[in-house]
Amino acid sequence: MRDIAIVAFAQSDHLRRTDECSEVEMVMPVLHSVLAQTGLKTSDIGFTCSGSSDYLAGRAFSFTMTLDGVGAWPPISESHVEMDGAWALYEAWVKLLTGEADTALVYSYGKSSPGSVRDVLTRQLDPYYVAPLWPDSVALAALQAQALIDAGETDEPALAGVAARSRGDAADNPHAQLPGARPQGDYLVQPLRTGDCPPIGDGAAAVVLVAGDRARDLCERPAWIRGMDHRIEAHSLGVRDLTDSPSARLAAERAGAFERPVDTAELHAPFTSQEVVLRKALRLGDDVRVNPSGGALAANPVMAAGLIRLGEAAARIQRGESDRALAHATSGPCLQQNLVAVLEGEAQ
Amino acid sequence: MTAAPSPEVLRAPLVVEFPFTRSLGPVQSAFLTGLRERTVLGVRTGDGTILVPPVEYDPVTADEIRDLVEVAPTGTVTTWAWNASPRRGQPLTTPFAWVLVKLDGADTALLHVLDAPGPDAVHSGQRVRIRWAAERTGAITDIACFEPYESESESEGAGGTAAPAHSGLFDDLVTGITAPARLDYVYSPGRAQTDYINALADRKTVGERCPSCAKVYVPPRGACPTCGVATTDRVEVGPAGTLTTYCIVNIKARGLDIEVPYVYGHIALDGAGLALHGRIGGIPYDQVRMGLRVEPVWTEGARFPDHYRPTGEPDADYDTYKELI
Ligand SMILES: [Zn+2]
Repeated sequence: MRDIAIVAFAQSDHLRRTDECSEVEMVMPVLHSVLAQTGLKTSDIGFTCSGSSDYLAGRAFSFTMTLDGVGAWPPISESHVEMDGAWALYEAWVKLLTGEADTALVYSYGKSSPGSVRDVLTRQLDPYYVAPLWPDSVALAALQAQALIDAGETDEPALAGVAARSRGDAADNPHAQLPGARPQGDYLVQPLRTGDCPPIGDGAAAVVLVAGDRARDLCERPAWIRGMDHRIEAHSLGVRDLTDSPSARLAAERAGAFERPVDTAELHAPFTSQEVVLRKALRLGDDVRVNPSGGALAANPVMAAGLIRLGEAAARIQRGESDRALAHATSGPCLQQNLVAVLEGEAQ
Repeated sequence: MTAAPSPEVLRAPLVVEFPFTRSLGPVQSAFLTGLRERTVLGVRTGDGTILVPPVEYDPVTADEIRDLVEVAPTGTVTTWAWNASPRRGQPLTTPFAWVLVKLDGADTALLHVLDAPGPDAVHSGQRVRIRWAAERTGAITDIACFEPYESESESEGAGGTAAPAHSGLFDDLVTGITAPARLDYVYSPGRAQTDYINALADRKTVGERCPSCAKVYVPPRGACPTCGVATTDRVEVGPAGTLTTYCIVNIKARGLDIEVPYVYGHIALDGAGLALHGRIGGIPYDQVRMGLRVEPVWTEGARFPDHYRPTGEPDADYDTYKELI
């Protein structure tokens, strides 16, 4: 298998509203940044893959507008996933593994501000038995949180601790929407308080993947992707054990996460309670640095937040602050789908 | 050419609404018809697990499953969440609990809501029963909600042979559902398109020039798709232009009060790097031709030209517009 690395990562500032920017205007600076970091030009990119959702935009084929930002003429090799950009990165990784391309640009973005993201996300649920009840994303996460509390896996003070640690760490992240600890607030849907929930906002991210030795030319310390896998669980919530995440565990196993300890984990846990589930499923001990970026509790641009976890983990390796990191992305209610990547830097 | 100003961006409500109509397979049809008849059906998997709500394929083995059973309208809450602020479309308009309920006889839980006076009146392990909707149509909302139900926990072990088989046959089976969906947005077109729309209010057409390739985009979207860079130099184009290509429309669209046949064309406004489209009027449809010089016709209060008409100038030379076709 070819060695493939993340050599550059950029993200926008994550903001509650970005009315002055169209999607392409929001994405373009991020694309320019990753290209500038590597010195690559659009014409050097072998494959471009993006992730976003029409339901956030309220418009069909909304992603085509952002192609203007990558310089899609003359024609380029391009693909799109109607998912978080972490899955676009997976597609690009496979494309590079096959040898079909040597470099890939992956980007994703989400503008939650035009609509109500809690309502929008109900449309991804089972349309026969669940979606007609309009259970919003916070309500479903709250059911999972209560199941954890009933099982003795956590309690409200522990969840508040996750929130405080995440937002405290985000104080060092210039892109975060909620930097610095803040009050837990009232119940949004009990047992989850405002502080247990992610901010709603707009943002974008991009990474560049490169295969083989070329990665060393473009980046002082590339973040090599040692393994990546994604798994899904049953659609029906009532079939699943909400206190566990067998799909995250299996993806981690197949990605090689359990072969050696990791020192850093960037977890896509938009709700505090989901970090509890993931720490257990991914066997992360207290010695693992979890979400030094602040994670999704500090900035959760839907459809980009998972890609940002991969980017943040890679950037930490590039800066020499991590040698082996786990990056995780999720999609669907209550951690239904999970992607895990293992990233490593070479000995310094 | 001036740097684009940054006025307040435009915003407008955008409602996306659609009635999803879906057909049902045999298991979903039986389940939803059953709800209409106040009967709750589950499905038994190969290993004897009873799934409620039922599905057509085993979530573990992916085997097709059709073995319907009847379960009780009473059950036990497995987890819950108190919703103090009901949102549009949710089953109750007063504060309620979201619940997963394992019905007596089932091994899996159904998502619904519980009508209770407050969070202190809800707990996992609580006994509940279905409150049926007064009018039932064969939908999950035929269960109006659950309500607390004082009884001992079902002593019989859930699942297994406790649930009696059911044929799934009813008179007048429900074979489809209509699931209305409505999402409300406030759309903002961003800076570049706001500038374009605001200029149209003054009956001016503006584009933006790419600083790299110098092409002028009309309407502007803020980026040059060829160069992948921001287009920030604002340029006024037109008002006159050249018809680069056209078609003759012979079918009258519903709700459109334009007589057919009429001509719809691509118009390269003078100074623009690509053509926009509009209707061509003021000339018989069979005299329209490529290269025709046209100008916009505005109607009172309109925010865009109603149509374009001939200016009377000589036709443009083909070489002047061949790159814009
Ligand atoms: Zn250009």
